Amino acid sequence: MKFVENQQADDTLDLVCRMCPLHLLEPGEKLACLKKGQVLEVLTDYDGALEDIPAWCKKCGQEFLGIVEDEDCYKLYIKKQK
Amino acid sequence: MEQVYLDHASATPVRKAVMEAMLPYFSERFANPSTVYDMGSKIKQAMEEQREKVAQLIGAKAKEIIFTSSGAEANNLAIKGVVLAHRKKGNHIIISSIEHHSVLNAARFFERMDYEVTFLPVDAFGMVDPQRLREAVRKETILVSVMHANNEIGTIEPIAEISSVCKEKGVLLHTDAVATVGNIPVNVDDLGVDLLTLSGVSLGAPKGTGALYFRGGLRLMPLIQGGIQESGRRGGTENIPGIIGLGKAAELAMEELPANMEQAKKLRDRLISGVMKRVEHVKLTGHPEKRLPGHASFCVAAIEGEALIFMLTREGIYANTGSACASKALKTSPVLVAIGVAADLAQGSIVFTLAPGNNADEIEYVLEKFPPAVERLRAMSPIWREKSAA
Repeated sequence: MKFVENQQADDTLDLVCRMCPLHLLEPGEKLACLKKGQVLEVLTDYDGALEDIPAWCKKCGQEFLGIVEDEDCYKLYIKKQK
Repeated sequence: MEQVYLDHASATPVRKAVMEAMLPYFSERFANPSTVYDMGSKIKQAMEEQREKVAQLIGAKAKEIIFTSSGAEANNLAIKGVVLAHRKKGNHIIISSIEHHSVLNAARFFERMDYEVTFLPVDAFGMVDPQRLREAVRKETILVSVMHANNEIGTIEPIAEISSVCKEKGVLLHTDAVATVGNIPVNVDDLGVDLLTLSGVSLGAPKGTGALYFRGGLRLMPLIQGGIQESGRRGGTENIPGIIGLGKAAELAMEELPANMEQAKKLRDRLISGVMKRVEHVKLTGHPEKRLPGHASFCVAAIEGEALIFMLTREGIYANTGSACASKALKTSPVLVAIGVAADLAQGSIVFTLAPGNNADEIEYVLEKFPPAVERLRAMSPIWREKSAA
C-alpha cells in the first residue's frame, strides 16, 4: 500500500457511506471533468477500495498517487493521465 | 350530489396525463435501466428526465434527488441516513412535536439506541418558535427536522427562519414537505434546507412514489443496501412507471400551481367561513392565515370525529379525522394535544383537504349537509346535553 502526505488535489469525490461498486464507477466520471495532470481526491470508508482503486487506475491508464488514512475515511489520490 | 371527495391529503386520483405517460413503461418499455444495451439506456434516460422535472419543481439539481417508494421512506432515509452518516458528531436529534409518524418513529428508533431526541413544542397554531430551537441546539446535535406544513392542521412552518438558526449553529435541517410540494411554491434554496421529502400522493402521481432531496455533497447512509441504483444511495430496481408518473405530475404541478393555489384558497375560505358561521362551538385548528391553500380543519365540540365522517359519507362527502393512525388506535391526535386542544374537543376533529378538481357547488353541498349532521350527533350526545344545560 502506497501512502502519501500533504497531497494536494484539484477536486474531491466523496464516496463515504456508499458501497461497491460506486468507487469504481464515479472516479472515471469525475476524472473526465479534470484536465490531464490534475489530481482527484477520493474519500471512502470502504476497505475494498484500497486494492480496487490502484488496480482500476492501472487498467484505465491513470496514475495512482497514494493513500492517506484520515480519522473517518481513506483519501485516495489519482493523477489524471489521459 | 354523488360524491364530494375532500380528503386529498390522504390520496389523490392519478391524473389522466400521468397515467398515459406511465402506461408504456408497464409493457413495451420494460427494460431495466441499469443494463448497458439500448433498451435499458433509453429507460435510464427517461428516468433521468423525470429526476430533472422533480428537481425543477423544488429548485434543486437533478443529482440531488433520490427516488423512493413513498414520503415515509424518504423521511426515514433523511433521518436515519443523516444520523448514521454523521454519528461521530454527536447523539442528539431535534424534531418538532407535530411531525408525521415516519419522522417521529425514525427519531424514536434512535432513542432506543441511546441517542437523545428533543421534541420541540409548538404554539396554539402549531408553529415552531425558532428561538426555542436556538435554545435546544447543542454541540452534539446532528439534525433538526421540522415539517414544512402539517397535514392535520394545515399550518405552514417558518422553515426559512428555522434554517437561519440551523446555519448559525452548524446543524443540518430536514423538512417533510409532503403536504406542501404541489400545493404551494417550494424552493430548497429559499427554504435553506439540507434535505426535503416529497410524495407522489399529494401530486396526482401514483401511490408508492416519493423522493428525497439532499443538498449536493451531503453524506447519507443508504437504508436499502444494493447495487448502483440511485448512485448507490438506494438499492433495488427502480419503480420506472412510478417514477415516470411522479415526473409527469411534477411537470403539471409546475405549470398549474399559481392558478390551483388561488382556486383552492377561495374554496377553503368559503368552507371555513361557512362552517364557523353555521355551526356553533366549532374551533378552527391550525393557523388562520399561514395555512395550506386547500386545508380546512376543525374540532367540533361534543361529537366524535369518526361518527361525523360516517354521517357525511352517507351524503357522499369524504373527509378525514386528520390522523388515521391515532384514530384507528383510539388515541387522541398527538398534533391536537401539542397545540393544546382539550382531549374531549380533540375527539371531534375533522379535516377537509381540497384539490383543484373541487368546485364551489361541492363546497355549498358540504355546507348544507355539515350542520344537520353535527346536530343529529349532538342530539344523541350526553356531553352536548350537559353543555347545553350549563
